[in-house]
Amino acid sequence: MMTSHRTWDSDPVLSVEHLTMRFGGLVAVNDLSFSAGRGDITALIGPNGAGKTTVFNCITGFYKPTTGMMSMRPKDGALHLLERMPDFVVASKAKVARTFQNIRLFSGMTLLENLLVAQHNPLMIASGMTFLGVLGIGGYKAKEKAAIDRARYWLDKIGLTARADDPAGDLPYGAQRRLEIARAMCTGPDLLCLDEPAAGLNPRESAELNALLLSIRKDDGTSILLIEHDMSVVMGISDHVVVLEYGIKIADGTPTETRNDPRVIAAYLGVDDEDVEEIEQELDEAAGSEEGRA
Amino acid sequence: MNSAVKPSDKAAPDFGRALKDGVIIAIIAFALLGPLVGLKTDQNMANELILQNHLGLAAILSAVVGVGRFLLSAFVYPRIAARGNRSKAAATLAELEARARVTRGLSITGLIFLFVYPILIISLFGVQGSIKWVDNYGVQILIYVMLGWGLNIVIGLAGLLDLGYVAFYAVGAYSYALLAINFHLSFWVLLPVAGILAAFWGIILGFPVLRLRGDYLAIVTLAFGEIIRLVLINWKDFSGGSAGISSIPKVTMFGIYSFDVSAPNNFAKVFHLAASSAYYKVFLYYLILLLALLTAFITIRLRRLPIGRAWEALREDEVACRSLGINTTNTKLTAFAIGAMFGGFAGSFFAARQGFVSPESFIFMESAVIVAIVVLGGMGSMIGVALAAVAMVGGTELLRELDFLQVVFGKGFNPDQYRMLIFGLAMVGIMVWKPRGFVSARQPTAFLFKRKTVSGDLVKEGHG
Repeated sequence: MMTSHRTWDSDPVLSVEHLTMRFGGLVAVNDLSFSAGRGDITALIGPNGAGKTTVFNCITGFYKPTTGMMSMRPKDGALHLLERMPDFVVASKAKVARTFQNIRLFSGMTLLENLLVAQHNPLMIASGMTFLGVLGIGGYKAKEKAAIDRARYWLDKIGLTARADDPAGDLPYGAQRRLEIARAMCTGPDLLCLDEPAAGLNPRESAELNALLLSIRKDDGTSILLIEHDMSVVMGISDHVVVLEYGIKIADGTPTETRNDPRVIAAYLGVDDEDVEEIEQELDEAAGSEEGRA
Repeated sequence: MNSAVKPSDKAAPDFGRALKDGVIIAIIAFALLGPLVGLKTDQNMANELILQNHLGLAAILSAVVGVGRFLLSAFVYPRIAARGNRSKAAATLAELEARARVTRGLSITGLIFLFVYPILIISLFGVQGSIKWVDNYGVQILIYVMLGWGLNIVIGLAGLLDLGYVAFYAVGAYSYALLAINFHLSFWVLLPVAGILAAFWGIILGFPVLRLRGDYLAIVTLAFGEIIRLVLINWKDFSGGSAGISSIPKVTMFGIYSFDVSAPNNFAKVFHLAASSAYYKVFLYYLILLLALLTAFITIRLRRLPIGRAWEALREDEVACRSLGINTTNTKLTAFAIGAMFGGFAGSFFAARQGFVSPESFIFMESAVIVAIVVLGGMGSMIGVALAAVAMVGGTELLRELDFLQVVFGKGFNPDQYRMLIFGLAMVGIMVWKPRGFVSARQPTAFLFKRKTVSGDLVKEGHG
C-alpha cells in the first residue's frame, strides 16, 4: 500500500470538489474538497457536529448539496456526477453503498433475506421484471440460487452463517453492524461508505471489524470511506485521513501527517494542555500497534 | 427455566375467591341497577304517575355481571398474571413453529371445506334453502376475503396505509357495468379489463400521492375514495348518478350455459331442473372462490420474488431500501397497482352478482371494513386475513340471528339494534387479546438451512 503513496491524488475513486451544504442559515459543510483513492481506506474524522454525516448524505444522494461537484469513477471507467443523481441511483448505477450511524436493518426479515434484498436490481432483471417470475419461466430459480450463494459468501465472511435463518432484529449489536456492512457489500459497490462502524463495539469486536474491512479491500477491491471516532480503527487501518471542523477541512493526509498536525490536535482534542499530552500518548500507542502490524 | 415457571402457570384456579368476588360484584351491580333499571316511572290512563317494577330484569343483569366477574377471577386474571411472569419476548421458536403448523393445517382443511361447502349446504337445506347460506354467507364473505387479500398487498406487505381501497372496487364494478351494458361484452372479457382499469387508476393515484407518508398518505387515499364516489353521484350522464346502473348482465358459464331465465340455454332448462336462482348462486360461489384463490396464489408467488421482498423491506425501512439502490417510488406504485387490480376483479364480480351498482355500495365504511379485516387478521398473513373476513362479515351476518335473546329480554326487545354494539365490543376484545391481529408471525421467503417463523414482535408495521 505504501508504494503508491498518494493514490487519492493520482487515481481517485471519488472526488469531492467545493461541496457546500446549507440548512437555512446554518452552513453544515463549507467549500469542502477532498478525494478518496481507489483501493484506499479513507477516514473522515472530526469533532461532533463537524458535518461528517452531512458529507456522507450528500455523497450518497440523501441530501442535495447547495453547491459543489462530486465525481465517482467506478472500475468500469464511467464517470458519475453524484450531485445530479437521486439516492437510489447513486447506489445502483454509481456503485456507492452505505451503512447508517443508527443501524437500519430489516429487523423482521431473516439475515438471508436482508442480503437478498440488497441484490434487488439484478434479481428484478432475472425475474423478467416480475412478469416472467410469476409465471415461473425465464430461469429465475438459477439466478436466485446464485444470489443465495453470494449471500452465503458474505455470511461466511462476517461469521454469521449459522444464524442465516434468524430474524436480523434478534442479533446482538456487534453482529448487526457486521450484517449491515455485508448487506451493503451485496450490492457489489466500488465505494463503501461506513458511518461510524465501530460505534458501540467492544475492543475485540473492533479488532474483528478492522480485519473485515481490510479483507473487503483486499478480496473485493472495494474502496472504503468511513466516519469514525474510534482512533484504533482510524489510525490502525486507514491510508488517508481527512479532518473536518465546523464544516471546514483542516487537515488532509496520511494518518502520520494528520496525527502530528497542530491544528488537528487543537481542534479534535481540545487545547487543554493536560489533555493534549494524554491523547498524544494514546496516539503514539496506536501508531506503535500500527507499525507492529505492518 | 421454563420448567420452573410452568407449574405456576398450570395452578388450579382459586374458585372460592372467585365465587366471593362474583357475589360481591353481583350485589354491587344490583344496588346500582335496581334503581336504574328495576324501577321505571310511567303514566297510566288517568295521567297519574305510576311506578313500574322491572326488578327481575335488574336481577338478571346483576347475575350476568356476577357470573362474568366470577369467570374473570377464576380463569382470565390468573392467566394474565401468569403471562406477565414470563419475559416479554416469550414466544419461543418452538411455540412459533407449533402455531405455524396449526396455521398450515387450518389453511388446508379450510380449503377443502370451502370446496365442499355448497354441496354440504344443499344436502342439508335443499336447493332453495341453500340460497341464504351460499349467497349471504359464502359469496359475501369470499368477496371480502378477496378484497382483504388485495389490500393486504398494499397495507400488509408494503406497509402503505390505504383508506380509499373501495375506490378501486368501484372502478372495477362500474367498468363491468358500463362496458357490459353499452358494448355487450361478456364477463370473461371484461374481468381482465376491469382489473387493468383499476390498476391504471391505482397508478394515477399513486404518482402524486406516494411521496407522502404515514398519516398524510392515509388522508389523501381516503379523499381519493370519496372523490370517486362523488364523481359517480354527480356525473349523471356517465354513471346514472345516485340512481345507479341496473340490469347488469349476469355471468355466463363461459358462454355455454346462461343463467337468464328467458335464455334458451338456461342452465336449469338444459338439465331439466326446477327453476331456481340457487344454481347461479352456487356458480357465483365457485367463481369468487377461484378468483380469491388466484389472488392468494399470485400474492404468495410475488412474496418470493424480488418485488415482494422489496415490498416487505419497504415496510421495514424505506431509507435503507433506497441506500440499496431500490427505486422506492416504483416499488410502491407496483404494490398500489397490483392491490388495485385485485380490487377491480372483485368489483366486476360484485357488479355481475348484484345486477345493480350505485355509489351507495362504495362508501367509506366499506374501505374501513376492508382495512379492519387486514389489521384484524394480522398484517401480511393470508390465513389471518381470511379468518378476519369470516369473523367480520360472517359475524355481522350471524348477529342478525339473535332472536333467541327475546326470551331473556322480553318480546319488545329488538336484537338487530344491538348488532353493531356487540360487534364493536367483540372488536375491542380481539384488539386487547391479540393486538397484532390473529396471525402476527411472519414466514420468511427464503432460507439457507431451515425455514424459521419470525416472531411478530420484530416485524414492523410500516409508516406510510
